[in-house]
Amino acid sequence: MTAARAAGSVGSAGSAGSAETAGAAGGGARAPRRRPDLGKWFTWAALAWLFAPIAGMVVFSFNDIQGRQNVTWQGFTLKWYGQAFAYADLNQALLNTLALGVLTMLIAGTIGSLLGLALGRHRFRGRGTTNLVMFAAIAAPEVVLGAALLSLFLTVNVTTGFTTTLIAHVMFTLSFVAITVRARVLTLDPALEEAARDLGAGPWETFRLVTFPLLLPAIMAGGLLALALSVDDFIITTFVSGDTTTFPLWIWGATRVGIPPQVNVMGALIFGLGVLLAACNVLLARRRR
Amino acid sequence: MATTTQREPGSDGAAPAGAAIALHGVSKTFRSGQGEVAAVRGIDLEIQRGEFFALLGPSGCGKTTTMRMIAGFEEPTSGVVRLAGDDVTGVPPNRRDVTMVFQSYALFPHMTVFDNVAFGLRRRRVPAAEVAERVGAALDLVELADRAGYRPARLSGGQQQRVALARAVVNRPAALLLDEPLGALDLKLRQAMQIELKRIQREVGITFVYVTHDQGEALTMADRIAVLNNGVVEQLGTPAEVYERPATRFVAGFIGTSNLITGTVARRDGEHADVEVGAGGHVRVRTATAQGERVDLTVRPEKVRLGTAEPGPELCRLRGTVEEVVYLGSATHYTVATRAGAAIVVFQQNAHDAQNLAERGSDVWLSWQPRHTYALPG
Repeated sequence: MTAARAAGSVGSAGSAGSAETAGAAGGGARAPRRRPDLGKWFTWAALAWLFAPIAGMVVFSFNDIQGRQNVTWQGFTLKWYGQAFAYADLNQALLNTLALGVLTMLIAGTIGSLLGLALGRHRFRGRGTTNLVMFAAIAAPEVVLGAALLSLFLTVNVTTGFTTTLIAHVMFTLSFVAITVRARVLTLDPALEEAARDLGAGPWETFRLVTFPLLLPAIMAGGLLALALSVDDFIITTFVSGDTTTFPLWIWGATRVGIPPQVNVMGALIFGLGVLLAACNVLLARRRR
Repeated sequence: MATTTQREPGSDGAAPAGAAIALHGVSKTFRSGQGEVAAVRGIDLEIQRGEFFALLGPSGCGKTTTMRMIAGFEEPTSGVVRLAGDDVTGVPPNRRDVTMVFQSYALFPHMTVFDNVAFGLRRRRVPAAEVAERVGAALDLVELADRAGYRPARLSGGQQQRVALARAVVNRPAALLLDEPLGALDLKLRQAMQIELKRIQREVGITFVYVTHDQGEALTMADRIAVLNNGVVEQLGTPAEVYERPATRFVAGFIGTSNLITGTVARRDGEHADVEVGAGGHVRVRTATAQGERVDLTVRPEKVRLGTAEPGPELCRLRGTVEEVVYLGSATHYTVATRAGAAIVVFQQNAHDAQNLAERGSDVWLSWQPRHTYALPG
């Protein structure tokens, strides 16, 4: 003990090398027992639980099956990627889903952002009601929303189809965008906009040069959220889609006769695209900081 | 932070005379849930060109509201704000030739230091070459030329503060409005920035309107101070006037340490009166208070002399017992319980001898020149 202390003091006085050796020798006698890092294992277990089904889907997109049942592993092949678009009605369903997703992202993204900005920045009559309605739209079960929308469309005698589905998707994703943007607006220092005004920017210039760039990460996050919600929505879409078939609806229909591996291929591609978009958003946000 | 930068000749206080900013009977009432709150209640001010003017007061006194009315972020409920003689009622902030420095700095986080400083110039369509030149000069002024490409988040608090200052100064506004600009800095940095701000103001010769609750800051930097309380100007004057001759009880209490003494007017003699303060206490002061009436007097702690010998008859004097002696190195602070009741604080410079003038518990005489005492109204 005394020796170790002496060696330590010598080391700190001059030679770093001798201090290291002394430290290692002194510490070796009472090295703390390494406890298993439970937190780390739990994290990995949770991630495995979440990603195992997705990994399974991707793996079975490479399954070399005969017939229509894609449930047992029969060998590796890339042919399904070559024949990804072999089913015309599946292609149409995928196209419908993508068109719905992008349109929902643009429309709900724009309206939701403006709504979030208004809710976060201004006090106006009906603000509390708007907040309540938005919360209700998120909290209400999708079955209720779907049934309500369908009965509304039937009452006003609108034929259900692509347009009604788009209206429904915009309606239920709007709140998510508005809430995301509102959260960002509330943390924004109002002095930033005042500073811009003070330095000679008009209201529109202030929005274009200061408010909008600062809200952009939240707007993008909200938009991507709307896209994701729209692409994988099943319940509401079932009620209001009429003759229009979307990707989830087509898969549901195909389960009775066996899901072709093309579905796995498209699922893998959609998942890859989602990961790519999310990564881009993270990278952009990091660069902006 | 060195103050070695060359001073431009002729920029030192050479601005022509005339009010850069004038407020006439300005009031501001905010409507809240419970009713109306009067933040500013009839302020008249004239701030001269090139002046370093401080609006000093406790929080909620209306100083920030006053500044925001000058900047154009609030419109007065009544009264007129004039900039360089022009009534600016209804003119939005972006069309007023005054620039604010915000307490939170309000630097645009998504822009570089250069773009932040260039923001105002670009809004006025200044050619790019001139923008580069003027931004460079402004960053030189605050000694941050090497940080032009940085985002504000990468700068320290003091550096962000200087960028905010450069962003305002670069536009050469008629006046700069600074809202507690040093509030977020630690003490040492704050003191360094006080000197820095004063230097920059001298060099650019712009009118500075400085809002603060820190009396030390106002006394150190300002040419003139307006002390605000409850939405009205309590006193307007140079730092020395405001400190030496507080006009109201509030000013006496808010700025520095003041001793408050209450006495009764014994004799009147022209403009002056002899005031009896307890047994043996006697103060001569200029006051309009009638004979036999009570009067409140004030005297600064450093004006009071402490001794054992009876002072001359021409001096104001009180008798008391030393209650507390605090030795501070350069000075000693005594608290003396007087026969009049009130405790008097005395600051004595330790200029000559290292020994204390009195022990705790000893009886002493307090004395000061009559010109250092003021009667407070009401």
